[in-house]
Amino acid sequence: MGKAKTDKKSKEHDETRRDFLFLTAGAVGAIGTARALWPFIDSMNPAADTLALATTEVDVGAVQEGQAITIKWRGQPVFIRHRTKKEIEDAKAVDISGLRDKQDDSERVLEDKPQWLVMVGVCTHLGCVPLGQKEADSKGDFGGWFCPCHGSHYDTSGRIRKGPAPKNLTVPPFEFISDTTIKIG
Amino acid sequence: MGSGERIKFDNKVIDWVDERLPVFTLMSREYGSFPVPKNFNYFWNFGAIAMFMLVTMIITGVLLAMQYTPHADKAFDSIEHIMRNVNNGWALRNIHMNGASFFFIAVYIHIFRGMYYGSYKKPRELLWILGVIILFLMMATAFMGYTLPWSQMSGWGATVIAGFVTAIPFVGESMHTWLLGGFTVDNPTLNRFFALHFLLPFVICAVVFLHVWALHVTGSNNPTGIEPKGPQDTIPFHPYYTMKDVFGLTVFLGFFFGVAFFAPNLFAHADHFVPYDPMVTPPHIVPEWYFLPFYAILKAVDFNIGIPFTDMTIISSKLGGVLALVGSVGILAVLPWLDTHPVKSAKYRPLYRIALILLVLSLFVLGYVGSQLAVQPYVTLGKIATLYYFAFFLVIVPLLSRYEKPLRMPPSIHQAVLDSKKSKNAGEAK
Ligand code: HEM
Ligand code: FES
Repeated sequence: MGKAKTDKKSKEHDETRRDFLFLTAGAVGAIGTARALWPFIDSMNPAADTLALATTEVDVGAVQEGQAITIKWRGQPVFIRHRTKKEIEDAKAVDISGLRDKQDDSERVLEDKPQWLVMVGVCTHLGCVPLGQKEADSKGDFGGWFCPCHGSHYDTSGRIRKGPAPKNLTVPPFEFISDTTIKIG
Repeated sequence: MGSGERIKFDNKVIDWVDERLPVFTLMSREYGSFPVPKNFNYFWNFGAIAMFMLVTMIITGVLLAMQYTPHADKAFDSIEHIMRNVNNGWALRNIHMNGASFFFIAVYIHIFRGMYYGSYKKPRELLWILGVIILFLMMATAFMGYTLPWSQMSGWGATVIAGFVTAIPFVGESMHTWLLGGFTVDNPTLNRFFALHFLLPFVICAVVFLHVWALHVTGSNNPTGIEPKGPQDTIPFHPYYTMKDVFGLTVFLGFFFGVAFFAPNLFAHADHFVPYDPMVTPPHIVPEWYFLPFYAILKAVDFNIGIPFTDMTIISSKLGGVLALVGSVGILAVLPWLDTHPVKSAKYRPLYRIALILLVLSLFVLGYVGSQLAVQPYVTLGKIATLYYFAFFLVIVPLLSRYEKPLRMPPSIHQAVLDSKKSKNAGEAK
């Protein structure tokens, strides 16, 4: 009887030791596998040449007041609009407490050049390119841009005013590197 | 499978192989003498038809892949090359392109059959869930296939659908970039979609195998929803249902080839024949018809869900729309637990039957709304239909499970068949 007891004890002892080894080996194995998988997952992230297109320079000297141009940055359209006085005033006059994505016009343009509105021309809903760059385009209910895909309306500051998009059109990092040259990115 | 008694075959070669790998025993047991309820109607053809369509898609797909170039600069032209230069390339492409539509037609009817006759109920829950997984995989496959021609619809459809991912809080943006391999739908996106479009159909094959395996464990349901009680209720699969399936398939192929060869662009959009321009969205992008109802559900959620009387948002309209869209398909998977009514077939459940027919109606309404711009009256119509769609699963079906009184049911399949013969004869005698 006494013997049986010690047997049982040593067996229990074995089991906890085995459990411990099993758990540590398992944990190391799981971390190792995750670490080994990461390069495979990461291979699907943008490649070096895609990232290399990260900055673009553009000369806006020829863009008259009331005109707009669309350029390509990181494969995406970027809207550059030379706003009219009225458009700027309209944008400033909006009471931002009623907006979905509360931003004052001054937060979206350079202080000394409020006439230049630079935005990624990709609807923040699901990624279509809104209309409004061309003279004949529909500009939506707020005189800015209109996304035809599911009907988002943006104002003259590119802020979302109506429709399903959650956010204002994105303002990319940009600066004037000369009087008429903008560097985006 | 593979275990149990082996059948003895007269042909020596077959018997030799079967002794070592019992594939012939398996085939004859699962497809030859396999006992099946004797009262199937034509709704029971669509599983076999869907299987045929899967094989058709794989054969035409592999042949197309031999001629197609998955590069942003060449993809569109390579499709034109297939249409104009490749021997019978036009046929391959038209069969593949319309095959996707007819594959969905078959599968949607197949799912409706399951819902009408209660095939998802115990003991077939897992069989049903495997079916829902196949549906998801098919949707992913068809979506990625549609980007391959690199048309305006391809590129912008991919943009909108990949945009769903950005609705995920916090990690959405980086997942989106990871998925596309860039900041927009571009060459890396096309390449990976091609690889996945090639791969997924074979994953579907594997799940179909499990689906059929599960079917052969539980046996088929039938129009009465009463389980077979003995040999008087069943007949062997071959030759009775092999014949019926061949007949049904032939009729189906009549429609399929009619469209593929005589109206190949019936389901297509003009913008699918214009090369993709990443700088210009076409004025009206719509998905393929088989996604329209779900697309309408996405569009129906155009409001934020927040804490009342504050302007805190819990679920933005964008996330809400995507959740509703995924949920509208995913909810099928839990149907066996939402509908706990003991009677399977809608034949004996008049209220469930009406509710189900209204569900189909709401899907047609949603399909129509999905094809229209987001203007009135479509917006309201879409919201009503979406509301009904979810109410069906979350309110109506659970309530009916508790309160619906079924009609009087025949004691067995055999008796049901005899009764229907009798009433038919009586009708003729009049
Ligand atoms: C579940 C089965 C499949 C479905 C639902 C499906 C769906 C589609 C769809 C909707 C298209 C776009 C057709 C068009 O608009 O022109 C397409 C294109 C294509 N698919 Fe598939 N496909 C399937 C299986 C396959 C397989 C197995 C392969 C190759 C191994 C393949 C290779 C291709 C190729 C190369 C194209 C581009 C050519 C074209 O657009 O006609 N597909 N597929
Ligand atoms: S993508 Fe612009 S409204 Fe949906």
